[in-house]
Amino acid sequence: MKKIDSMQGSLNLLVLKLLSRRPGLHGYSIMTAIKESSGEVLQAEEGSLYPALHRMEESGWIRAKWVVKESGRRARTYELTLVGKKQLAVEESRWEMVSSAINRVLLEA
Amino acid sequence: MAWWTRAVNAFRGERVNRLLDEEFESHIAEAIADGRDPHEARRAFGSMLRQREASREARVTGWLEGMRADVVFGWRQLRRNRVTSVAAVLSLALAIGSCVSAFRLIDALLLRPLPVSHPERLMALSREGLSWEGKPSTFDGWAYPAFQRMREAARGSAELIALSYTNRSDLTFASDAEMEKGSVQYVSGAMFEGFGLSPSLGRFFTAEEDRVPKAHPYAVLSYDFWTKRFARDPKVIGRTFRLEDEIFEVVGVGPKGFAGMEPGTATEIFLPTMMNPWSIRRDVTWHRTLAVMVPGAEVEPMRARLDAVSRGFEAERAKNFKGLSQQSIDNYLNQHLVLNSARAGVSGLQTDYRGALTWLGVLVFLVLLIACANVANLMTALASARAREMALRVSLGAGRARLVQMVLVESAMLASMAAAVGALLAWRFAPIVVEMISNADNPVRLDLPADWRVFGFGAGLLVAVMLLFGLMPALRASAVKPMSALKGGEDPHARRRLTHWMIAAQVAFCFLVVFTAGLFVTTFQRLSALPLGYRPDGVLVLEMVAPHGQPPEAWDEVASGLRSVPGVTGVATSGWPLMNGSAWNDAIAVNGGPPNVELGYFLSVSPKWFETMGMALRSGRDLRDSDVLPGAVVVNETFVKDFFHGLDPVGRSFDKTGDDGVQNHMDVVGVVADAPYRNLREGILPVAFLPFRRRDAKGVVERPNGGTFVVRTAAKNPRTMEQELRKKAAGTRAGFRVTNVRTQQELVDGQMVRERLLAMLGVFFAAVALLLAGIGLYGVLNYSVIQRRREIGIRVAVGARGGAIAGLVLRDVLAMVAVGLIAGVGLGLAAARSIETLFYQVKASDPVALAIPSGVILAAVAFATVPAVARALRIQPVEILRAE
Repeated sequence: MKKIDSMQGSLNLLVLKLLSRRPGLHGYSIMTAIKESSGEVLQAEEGSLYPALHRMEESGWIRAKWVVKESGRRARTYELTLVGKKQLAVEESRWEMVSSAINRVLLEA
Repeated sequence: MAWWTRAVNAFRGERVNRLLDEEFESHIAEAIADGRDPHEARRAFGSMLRQREASREARVTGWLEGMRADVVFGWRQLRRNRVTSVAAVLSLALAIGSCVSAFRLIDALLLRPLPVSHPERLMALSREGLSWEGKPSTFDGWAYPAFQRMREAARGSAELIALSYTNRSDLTFASDAEMEKGSVQYVSGAMFEGFGLSPSLGRFFTAEEDRVPKAHPYAVLSYDFWTKRFARDPKVIGRTFRLEDEIFEVVGVGPKGFAGMEPGTATEIFLPTMMNPWSIRRDVTWHRTLAVMVPGAEVEPMRARLDAVSRGFEAERAKNFKGLSQQSIDNYLNQHLVLNSARAGVSGLQTDYRGALTWLGVLVFLVLLIACANVANLMTALASARAREMALRVSLGAGRARLVQMVLVESAMLASMAAAVGALLAWRFAPIVVEMISNADNPVRLDLPADWRVFGFGAGLLVAVMLLFGLMPALRASAVKPMSALKGGEDPHARRRLTHWMIAAQVAFCFLVVFTAGLFVTTFQRLSALPLGYRPDGVLVLEMVAPHGQPPEAWDEVASGLRSVPGVTGVATSGWPLMNGSAWNDAIAVNGGPPNVELGYFLSVSPKWFETMGMALRSGRDLRDSDVLPGAVVVNETFVKDFFHGLDPVGRSFDKTGDDGVQNHMDVVGVVADAPYRNLREGILPVAFLPFRRRDAKGVVERPNGGTFVVRTAAKNPRTMEQELRKKAAGTRAGFRVTNVRTQQELVDGQMVRERLLAMLGVFFAAVALLLAGIGLYGVLNYSVIQRRREIGIRVAVGARGGAIAGLVLRDVLAMVAVGLIAGVGLGLAAARSIETLFYQVKASDPVALAIPSGVILAAVAFATVPAVARALRIQPVEILRAE
């Protein structure tokens, strides 16, 4: 019943990276941040974002807390944990490796 | 998130849901605040429910939540089939309870290591070979001088320890008037150290204090006795008590939990072996011998050394044997010494009940298998009724493991409930059995703690039972193919085949249980129906001691005193009561010929003893007051047959030679009817009744220091006269003490305790097995009729008659019953051969022994099948077809 999200690997990377720069984002702001900083190219769906967030929370990469914003609304915000920082480094280097490998293939072909 | 938070989350599903929903709502609120259209934002978010499910998986330990759901679902299933669930739980509970009870008994008596420091180093010595009379025999008694030599021979390899057979003896702590019973055991002083025990109070007597006969009258009390008799009074040290002619001083109290070496008997008082009057006798074997092995010592070389020493001792002793046939002596001297592990102690109770308990364990296990087969069939039936449900689950993507888990959870719930009820049964059941084999003179004390051994066994049994009846239905149910199941089922026969084999197995096991139970009952009946040769009803036996001996006239005087008690119709005296287990045997030589291989047995009796016992005089006369041993004797019919070739012996004579070589010439004056002498099972022995009044070698009349008054009363229950007779016996003349009062009937019944136990439990388990097998068969048949309603309806519609329908329903099942019966007969015959020693005058291959259980099972089968057949015959085709 578990659907493997093909984007999952890169989604994790994006979320971790965003949170490392701007801790305290909540779900919606993570979504918009991905959209904006990718120049509207990448779009995270709610349907995969929240399960990814909760899975990362379960793995201990990020931790969540409820905050009351200036507007008075309650929001659940996320920040990186120490384990999450390490995980980010791992995922970044893996991404580097994969993307440079793909680039090489594209150039040679 | 920590695993335990997730585990906890599994049980607070609602809270997790609420938090998730709240986050989702805040997401949408944020989107709207961002300027998006509320409807669009909601639509973009998608189904909240699906989001929730996807996220939940991460937040909650999946399998645990699944398990919780299974438990809830399983409980609903069990409640829906309430009657069958209760039946399953009860039958399993009965079987599990019986199994645990049997284990408790077997463990306590045969398996549990003794509470000593190194039980694995304990070995027990015994001799195996042929008895005097050429029958196979094992004997674990030793004479003390032989023990002393063996102890020297074993030095370096093991410490040998002598332990007398524990005896209920009379002692007096305060005045002689107040006698009480205590279980007394003479033990080597080295025992305490050898077993690594330390005293709770005071000290133990030592090996050094156990070297010189009669020099150290010290006693050690058991912790239990100290608690029970003295309320743990520390001042008990230094107190004295009298046992027979000796005053003993209490020097210490043993450790908690140690009650001697004999499972089934709790020793209360330990005395030094050297205080036993027999410790200097070469011809009395009165103690067991244990070896505490030195770590690393080899057993076999030591055994060979001990064997040589023991044989040497006996050969030396045999030189003085007179009047015994050479064959008897050879038989005796060819016995060899064996060493067996004494890890769990050594006791007569173990020897008596090892086979019986083991076989009961097997019976109980078979009942458990029947119960498991029943529940498995029930679960299979339920599972196939749920084939559609399962198919739906598979279609929705449930994995096979998930389905197996679901069904197994249900089995586990059934099994756990059964185990809980079973534990209650086991808690009560084992002590009841102990009570049944116990009696006032010989109380059986078995420790039956509910410790980790019992708990471990129970838990293991629970898991085994669960897998046994749960796994197969679970695997079958989960192997469902959605397409065929949703279309209305696959090949129905495939499913039924397994169920049918289970019926065959049930019938076979059931036959085995009923069959052996029948043999036990027959054994008990045969034993109870044995002609006793006398009338035990109304007879009370008073066992007496006269500490320094009393002249025969004094014994007569006490007898007259008893005769004056109203309600007493006769009193006579004998050495001991018939069938109390005592025996006296010596070699017999007729007409100056060579001694017989077969030994003669003896009992000293007063005149009128036969009349009092109700034993018929066949020819000649009774003993008279003027008869003195040696001289006149009365013999029984078997004696006549064995030694006089059936010729009338009155007026003839024979010579009796004792172990001490003393030869007595006896003139036969009468013949009495046969009666069992020592016990019921061994058959009738050749017995000669000698006068109670006897002269020693110098011609001086002896003063017996012990004897038994046999009192025939007119009372229906002679026990009612006990107090009055006790008072009279002790009060008529000083110097006499009553040590024990029993009815002759109790002595007879005591012979059949094991047989009665086996018969009762056998019948009980046979009834349970029959009931279970019947219920199982009923369930399966009934279910198969329901399942085949449509088929039957159609057959009826096209004109099938009742007989054909019944045949249809029964054919397979009856074939399986037949297969089961045949297998059962085979198993039964094989089993009966291996437990022959538990039977008496019963042949397993006796056609009646086989026919009765078969008949009983067939009757049960008939009962169980009637409702299903009736149901099949009532099926109305119209209704079925309309329902379709």
